[in-house]
Amino acid sequence: MPAATYDCIATTTLGSAQATVSFTPISGSYTDLVLIATVKLTSSNTDRLILQFNGDTGTNYSATYLQGDGSAAASGRFSSVSEMRFYNQSTADFYPNIIHIMNYANSTTYKTAIGRSSAAAISATATVGLWRSTAAITQVDVKSPNTFTSGSTFTLYGIKAE
Amino acid sequence: MSPILDSIGSVKAYGWGKFLSVRGTFESLATESVGSGGAAHITFSSIPATYSHLQIRFIARFGSVAVLRIQANTDTGSNYSWKEVMGNGSSAIANAGYPNAFMTVAYSNGFSATADTFGVGVMDILDYANTSKYTTFRTLSGYDANGLGGCQFNSGAWYNKNAISSIKIFPNTSTFQQYSHFALYGIKGSA
Repeated sequence: MPAATYDCIATTTLGSAQATVSFTPISGSYTDLVLIATVKLTSSNTDRLILQFNGDTGTNYSATYLQGDGSAAASGRFSSVSEMRFYNQSTADFYPNIIHIMNYANSTTYKTAIGRSSAAAISATATVGLWRSTAAITQVDVKSPNTFTSGSTFTLYGIKAE
Repeated sequence: MSPILDSIGSVKAYGWGKFLSVRGTFESLATESVGSGGAAHITFSSIPATYSHLQIRFIARFGSVAVLRIQANTDTGSNYSWKEVMGNGSSAIANAGYPNAFMTVAYSNGFSATADTFGVGVMDILDYANTSKYTTFRTLSGYDANGLGGCQFNSGAWYNKNAISSIKIFPNTSTFQQYSHFALYGIKGSA
């Protein structure tokens, strides 16, 4: 009998502007996590959404992205930075990010996340990011340097492979 | 944790405001984990036709530079096509193959570059059991190795109208390394 999965672990809607949403503690009972964050920034259109794991603010993150802005396709990367960066976010409207945090609970491999950011007025972006740690992820901090506006929503799902 | 959602976790499918849990419509069908000896390929077989779509979620590491390929129903004929757009950290690149005896679903030459670093992907196989049309695959995949890596979209078609009952996943060269992990899920059209 196949096992049903894809569970909502936690969800929140901001009642006021906030710079950080933290999901903790996260149990190790799933295989992958999926974060759906529909956000709008208070300032600095095109700035980023940030992930940090287990409170690690060291320069242990990197990312590579592919982006199309309506006139050209481009790619770039960030190496040895203190956050996993997902561009572009908007100050004009709420736009979704769907980010898969793969095999987050194993203690053997570095952790890789992959996701799409869909600020339709700015760009379509896919990003893959690495956290150079073999620790199981028990905390996910979702941040922005420019704070998320009231009404931004954050939902974390768990998917378990049997 | 959400006590409200936890308390009704046994309900097959439900929505709550903007937040929809798909429990009951998304089911784990099979998992393949690669052991210490590595593996030349992994295969999901005896896939039931009782779902609307399939999803394969994976982390993978190769022994050397490689691309990830798939075949359906043991078909090794030139019945596949695929296209991709990839960002390698400095530019966007497009590739394609037709006709091929396989579908390329992830092109990542750095899976073996850095210790403990794995490529990842989420592949959707849409309407896989429909016998009236060809089957389309789409994949979001990538790897990052802190200064090396790529992120890409792939789409592909298998020019056969049979329902898919098996999927073989393999690198074009080398083997899957230990801790590579593939999980197959079924997605129902209704709860």
